[in-house]
Amino acid sequence: MLNLIDGKGRIFLTILIVISVGAVMLNALAPVGSPVHVPNYMISLIGKYLCYALLALSVDLIWGYAGILSLGHGAFFALGGYAMGMHLMREIGDRGVYGNPDLPDFMVFLNWQELPWYWMGSDSPLFAIIMCMAAPGLLAFLFGWFAFRSRVTGVYLSIISQAMTFALMLAFFRNDMGFGGNNGLTDFKTFLGLDLQADATRAGLMLASALALALGYLLCRWMTTSKYGRVLIAVRDAESRARFVGYRVEHYKLFAFVVSAMIAGVAGALYTPQVGIINPSEFQPANSIEIIVWVAVGGRGTLVGAALGAVLVNYAKTYLTGAIPELWLFALGGLFIAVTLFFPKGVLGVMGDLMAKRPRRKPTGSAPTMEAGDD
Amino acid sequence: MIDSPRLTNAILYVSGVTVSFDGFRALNELSLFLEPGELRAVIGPNGAGKSTMMDVITGKTRPDSGEVFLHGRHDLTKLDEAAIASLGVGRKFQRPTVFESHTVFENLELALKCDRRARYSLFARMSADQRARIDSILAEIGLADRAADRAGLLSHGQKQWLEIGMVLAQDPDVLLIDEPAAGMTDAETMQTAEMLKRISGGDRAVVVVEHDMEFVRALDCKVTALHEGSVLAEGTLDAVSADEAVIEVYLGR
Repeated sequence: MLNLIDGKGRIFLTILIVISVGAVMLNALAPVGSPVHVPNYMISLIGKYLCYALLALSVDLIWGYAGILSLGHGAFFALGGYAMGMHLMREIGDRGVYGNPDLPDFMVFLNWQELPWYWMGSDSPLFAIIMCMAAPGLLAFLFGWFAFRSRVTGVYLSIISQAMTFALMLAFFRNDMGFGGNNGLTDFKTFLGLDLQADATRAGLMLASALALALGYLLCRWMTTSKYGRVLIAVRDAESRARFVGYRVEHYKLFAFVVSAMIAGVAGALYTPQVGIINPSEFQPANSIEIIVWVAVGGRGTLVGAALGAVLVNYAKTYLTGAIPELWLFALGGLFIAVTLFFPKGVLGVMGDLMAKRPRRKPTGSAPTMEAGDD
Repeated sequence: MIDSPRLTNAILYVSGVTVSFDGFRALNELSLFLEPGELRAVIGPNGAGKSTMMDVITGKTRPDSGEVFLHGRHDLTKLDEAAIASLGVGRKFQRPTVFESHTVFENLELALKCDRRARYSLFARMSADQRARIDSILAEIGLADRAADRAGLLSHGQKQWLEIGMVLAQDPDVLLIDEPAAGMTDAETMQTAEMLKRISGGDRAVVVVEHDMEFVRALDCKVTALHEGSVLAEGTLDAVSADEAVIEVYLGR
């Protein structure tokens, strides 16, 4: 327990609390027009960033610590988002365009007479919260069970994970899948009876995202600082050695993969009500690749770095799309190339190196990419 | 060719094992019997099947035919690497393979014999006994003062020792050691030979694959010479070196 929250973690959690609570207070208390007022859109934007940070954290758990480069993790995020979206659709009830109390609008439009069986239970918010973890967890279990048992590793695993999310995207695009086709699920009104457009609800969702990020961080931290985590790092560095020492590598990978998918699912579930829509484009392979970029930019294998990278890259994206709308993709691409070329340990690694150069810090001798294992 | 083995007595029983890769017979009716506590050196030119033999015993490669038994009751041809390791077969690779981003101490901690299941590892706490065991292995392999250093920072020879230490930490009944003296100085080589003699004995058998004849002589044990996947000769180093067939293929005359 003692080393669960190290120096980096303390700074991270402090910043997280200050930003989330501070933004809500300045939004509610500072008068509109004053320089310290935080506008409403900013609250949702922070909430969205926090969901991305949680998603990046989940990828860092498997990529940074187990060496599993999943290029399909956006699928778990999207599944979590759909699980929540289904409930939000049901909560619309007869307030939809067609006023059907039982069926979501798109089903009425398709002339469906009753809810498909897999929409059963989605009227319960508790069921939705369970499903946003259970659905990605189950898919990750099945995928991981076959992939890790067959010893699919490296680039082959990356390719089949990408194929998985691509297949899901195609499936969810189909109208007869029963998830709203290419429009996805949208026009949400309320969650737990609370108006999703209301300032208080938005603030609450953002704070919930911050809490989920903090808990997700502590969970990953607990896993990676335990002996389990040290075995995971051993698997990442020398998989066959770990096998010959007697560890069932596939079980270790599978557990991390399932936990990671469930965290990604929670991130998706919090994301959907804050952006107001979930559609099949979330399954796009490009989205999943972007998550890898966030983690690489922030610093792989540090957890904090992943969260930091997600926020930095997404802020850069938000800023650049406004500042240079025709060139932003080039600017972003250039940033990624520069970071991987010149700062292979990511932003956090650069900060760690700078700190290590200061004389009063005692030398730890651990590379930032790896150091979460021993400090 | 070889006397009928007392199956119950042999700690490791390898009989008539054949392995083919794309028509090439890496092992050809190989038989090898190891008594408890025995130290055995395996020599042979490149491609004689030394590494393939270790792969078969540790479960990395499935033989096409033949039997491999541990303690006369565990059929190793049916088990995978992790299961065989847990039954008490430790292996040191030819190229030293340690967990480079972990400290020397952590490397030994991970190798230490205990419940290997993931759900156990999540809650594992190191006991005083385990700590003492690691300390004694650190002393044995001469790395006590490097315990807190990352294994990646060790020299080649030190990595070899750490890997032997990791195999020791597994507390195996059979140790398979592939070229432990590679890349070591003469003094280190002799120290390694002494260490291997020390750790064999009791119930623990050690198989050492080596090219270095000085090293094999220092081990002072029974020698098995392999050639083209079969046993060519077996006996003391002097007897094996005097064997006509061995001189023919191994010493290249």
